[in-house]
Amino acid sequence: MSFEVILGAWVATGLTLFILTFLYQDNPLFKLAEHLYVGVSVGYAIVKTYDTVVIRLIYEPMVMQGDWWLLIPLAIGALMLTRYVPKAAWMSRIAFAFVVGVGSGLAIPRVISSYILKQIEDTVRPLASLATDGSTTFTYSLLNPASNLNAIVLLIGVVSVLFYFFFSVEHTGPGKAVARTGIIFLMIAFGAAFGYTVMARMSLLIGRLTDLIEYAQPQYGRATWWLLAATIATLIVFHARRKGTEPPQ
Amino acid sequence: MTFLRRQLPLLITLVTGLLFAAQYYIPHPSSELMLTSVSKWLQIIGGFALILGVTSLFRIHAVKIRRKEPGWGYSFVLYAGMIGTIVIGLWHGGKETTDGITTTFGWIYTFMMVPLQGTMFAILAFFIASAAYRSFRARSREAAVLLIAAIIVMMGRVPLGEHLIPISGDITQWILNVLNASVRRAILIGVSLGAVALSLKIMFGVERAYLGGGKE
Repeated sequence: MSFEVILGAWVATGLTLFILTFLYQDNPLFKLAEHLYVGVSVGYAIVKTYDTVVIRLIYEPMVMQGDWWLLIPLAIGALMLTRYVPKAAWMSRIAFAFVVGVGSGLAIPRVISSYILKQIEDTVRPLASLATDGSTTFTYSLLNPASNLNAIVLLIGVVSVLFYFFFSVEHTGPGKAVARTGIIFLMIAFGAAFGYTVMARMSLLIGRLTDLIEYAQPQYGRATWWLLAATIATLIVFHARRKGTEPPQ
Repeated sequence: MTFLRRQLPLLITLVTGLLFAAQYYIPHPSSELMLTSVSKWLQIIGGFALILGVTSLFRIHAVKIRRKEPGWGYSFVLYAGMIGTIVIGLWHGGKETTDGITTTFGWIYTFMMVPLQGTMFAILAFFIASAAYRSFRARSREAAVLLIAAIIVMMGRVPLGEHLIPISGDITQWILNVLNASVRRAILIGVSLGAVALSLKIMFGVERAYLGGGKE
């Protein structure tokens, strides 16, 4: 196994353990890993932006293909930097106006088409199906999202939730029952989202623990065991030092 | 001067807004070209926004170091991580692999960024579980519904859960594909209506918060 991979295993194990120490309490090892995470992430984003924007979107089309129209977005972008010059800071408004204007213009028709009309179209479906012999059928399968029973459930869910968020009408009488149904649907969705998120995080944790188990193998120099011992020892030292400096109760 | 400072940005917003809203309804190659070009333009302008953000981060930590605020030493760690990654990344031309061999930049990504990011998000599992323990007690009928839905979905997502309650997988699928989908759809419709209304307000100059404060 190459030296780079073994070194990488040690670094990855150390950083993983440092972050996990936060489960005990906030401590210098966690802060070190946290600041390193921010620094490396920002550095990575800068390099990727440089490669994508400066090289691929500006340098190559402008210098190699002669697309000098790109000077316009460069000028607009440069206007953003006038924020640092108090007397010229108002010029950054032009750049923001362009970005917000284009964003708004692009959003209106696309949002109406994809997120409003399409969603309504998928909600308002026939409540019974037409069979090949001309008779009407009704499918009850709950496991098939396209069944007629589920079409009714979907319709009730969408209408009741929308009604719950419609505050122009007082939720009394029959309206109260509809709003209550909306709340039940909302609670089920929030519960599902919670359960789904917890399991996604657990999946990430399992991934990290799998790596720690792998790096505990002899070919990696038992990185996990050595670094775990070092981390625990460091935490004990920090705890003892903090106890020594704390004022008496 | 007032025109340049106040009316010109509003005019630019209105004109660009109307232009790109109209673009959707014009199925012509030049219209498509305009859309492709402006998408690239927005990416280029976004690069300048990154400069603003990074400069702000640099400044905050420089102040921390200069004033020797508590934990100022960690700011050096941040600087070292950031500058080191930038120098190595630019040295390798922003490529993680060259001819199938992992570069030092790729090494930083694999052995530093991935573990840090993965663990940072993974520890949230513990905090979510702890928050759930404190706040998930079924104090009302609605809270009970939320709790039951969460338990079913959690059981249905792992083999052990499906082994203990065989039907949990099917119920989870139904909750996610039908009940959850209906709520997401309703919320999406509501949010979209709000987004369209906000876009119109921005275009016609009713909403001006994006221009910021300061001198007129």
